[in-house]
Amino acid sequence: MYKILKRTPLNPTVTRIEVYAPRVAAKVEPGQFVILRVDAEGERIPLTVADCDRSRGTVTLIFQIVGATTKKLDMLAEGDCICDLVGPLGRPTELDGLKKVAVVGGGVGCAIALPVAKKLCALGAEVHSVVGFRNKDLVILEDEFRAASKEFRLMTDDGSAGEKGLVTAALESMIEAGNRYDEVIAIGPLVMMKFVCKLTEKYGIKTVVSMNPIMIDGTGMCGGCRLTVGGEMKFACVDGPDFDGHKVDFDEAMERGRMYAEFERKAYDEQCNLFNKQAEKRA
Amino acid sequence: MNHSDKKNPMPTQEPSVRAKNFDEVALGYTEEQARSEAERCLNCKHKPCRGGCPVGIDIPEFIGKVAAGDYEAAYEVISRSSSLAAVCGRVCPQETQCESKCVRGIKGEPVAIGRLERFVADRHNAYGGGKTVAVKSNGHKVAVVGSGPAGLSCAGELCSRGYEVTVFEALHTAGGVLVYGIPEFRLPKKIVADRIDDLKARGVKFETNTVVGRTVLADELFADGFEAVFIGSGAGLPNFMKMKGEDLKGVYSANEFLTRVNLMKAYRKDAATPIKNSRSVAVVGGGNVAMDAARCALRLGAENVTIVYRRSADELPARKEEVEHAMEEGVKFMFLTAPVEVLGDEHKNAVALRCQRMELGAPDASGRRRPVPVADSEFDIEADCVIVAIGTSPNPLIKDTTPGISVNARGCIIVDERGMTTREMVYAGGDAVTGAATVILAMGAGKDAAARIDEAIKNKSAQ
Repeated sequence: MYKILKRTPLNPTVTRIEVYAPRVAAKVEPGQFVILRVDAEGERIPLTVADCDRSRGTVTLIFQIVGATTKKLDMLAEGDCICDLVGPLGRPTELDGLKKVAVVGGGVGCAIALPVAKKLCALGAEVHSVVGFRNKDLVILEDEFRAASKEFRLMTDDGSAGEKGLVTAALESMIEAGNRYDEVIAIGPLVMMKFVCKLTEKYGIKTVVSMNPIMIDGTGMCGGCRLTVGGEMKFACVDGPDFDGHKVDFDEAMERGRMYAEFERKAYDEQCNLFNKQAEKRA
Repeated sequence: MNHSDKKNPMPTQEPSVRAKNFDEVALGYTEEQARSEAERCLNCKHKPCRGGCPVGIDIPEFIGKVAAGDYEAAYEVISRSSSLAAVCGRVCPQETQCESKCVRGIKGEPVAIGRLERFVADRHNAYGGGKTVAVKSNGHKVAVVGSGPAGLSCAGELCSRGYEVTVFEALHTAGGVLVYGIPEFRLPKKIVADRIDDLKARGVKFETNTVVGRTVLADELFADGFEAVFIGSGAGLPNFMKMKGEDLKGVYSANEFLTRVNLMKAYRKDAATPIKNSRSVAVVGGGNVAMDAARCALRLGAENVTIVYRRSADELPARKEEVEHAMEEGVKFMFLTAPVEVLGDEHKNAVALRCQRMELGAPDASGRRRPVPVADSEFDIEADCVIVAIGTSPNPLIKDTTPGISVNARGCIIVDERGMTTREMVYAGGDAVTGAATVILAMGAGKDAAARIDEAIKNKSAQ
């Protein structure tokens, strides 16, 4: 069992938890993920680690409530336990030798982009960050990003915080302003990563993306997380989750991500009903 | 003496009933059936059956005990050579092993050795499983990587020899392929759980959610005081056909399909893990895994389930009983047929499997006649789900993170005649060494490695 030591809602749909998992905390590097089961009947879901505290033996997970399992996870309080948590899985993001990097985060993907930005900063690289959200209520980790970045751009779809527009617009203006990036690291929704890659391809800038497909075991056993990268089949769990974004078949990944959409919607509704009933009882 | 030419038939659930549930298909012999079957054994002096058993169980001796009604003594005979009798009685390919050597098989059916083994084990477990005796620790620690057949038998044997054993398992439940791969209707999970509980009661520690190579490295295990490491991590990496359309929705590796169904219980209405509801399922391959996947698909409610196999019925590598059961339940077989491409709709859902006819040519390296495509013979079969069951390879994770371990061209860990890898005090056995094989071979390898580890540690301590 893995105890939740601290729980902080970051916005109405995104929550941060700090979980006691000393073995994972001892090893995890930016870019790696864990797989957890909320309870003994639960499904296994992958979540990329947002932070760790090796001395306290904790890992920080930031998740968005998108389905039944994340809803259930969100219902756990401080002191409650997660049934299973395994990791760190996947390969760490490769950051060695990078001098100047643009880190692009979208939505809850910012939670995974932040440790990358922090590590780059610690390695002495110049970090320029672009983060994007739908509106001001969904903005997370702004201060943390500012602290790790020499340049910082906050974008919202409706302009309610930062600038109005997409992350690609900000990134393009930064490139056009003469910044020469060794690499762009983009983490967020598939569609965002796809368009960041389209943009950087034009400028010939190497771009790394973090893929988060459906998976079960996370050790290469199920093959459910397979992607096509440069025309070859790759498993996100063991070959990734980071890949050369210019080689990833995003359209295929988007379709595969919708494989269980109907099931997931139903399970989510049921979980919400259950939650509401429990809330009524308490009230 | 029972002079019947035929085995006592195994009581089973009716095919039409069992094709709709996940309960065990074969129900097991009654005491009378077992005793009368045991009386078919001729008790041959040279015991050919024993030579057919990969772990050398003294088969006539245990069968003699069954005939005499001394079932516990029969269990003890099996236990000398096997720690997984209840499992192997159910999943061993007896027709190519012990039973293929049975003298009764020359002029009729061989003695039903597998069924008797299962009877003995089930009877033993039903009557409390005997006494669990915790062995006094000899103060030496050994790490076992993987909790499948190889790991469990290695752990059990080491524990009996006084070692403090910790088994590391990547998944959340121990049992390896016995829990994620083999379906409930063929091997009830309770049997595996009981075996693991027994090992726990004897002092073996299980650390689930621990991926050796990621969560801990083999080198760290040595630093933690483990004097030897046994790698029984199996062959878990699924092979794909590398054909067009394998990325479509509805295409599964057999590993993923079976893991969803077995480990994650996707067959239950209330399961949190989804599985696609399919109407027409095509399973590619002819081994036990293909049979398991096909029969699971049927039980999940598919209307048509077809096994697509590129050779003929005679070459099917699956256990005979599983093929028969699958046929009885309504699984269709398309022999001499090889898949070429999965076809999809505009939303990237699989809709059909394009196949071509094959014919058997000259024998290949395996001695079986090589299937060669028949020109212009392509045709499509409806399939909104395609399950690829063409084999698995060992996972490279441990090799990649443990300096000094060598693997062969197929990714299998290289061991010497003692079961030791190219790294001192790191042993390996089971599918991780042989590539995908049988439960009994893995179990035997684990047990042998335990004896070698015992020897090596004793030698070291003596120095």
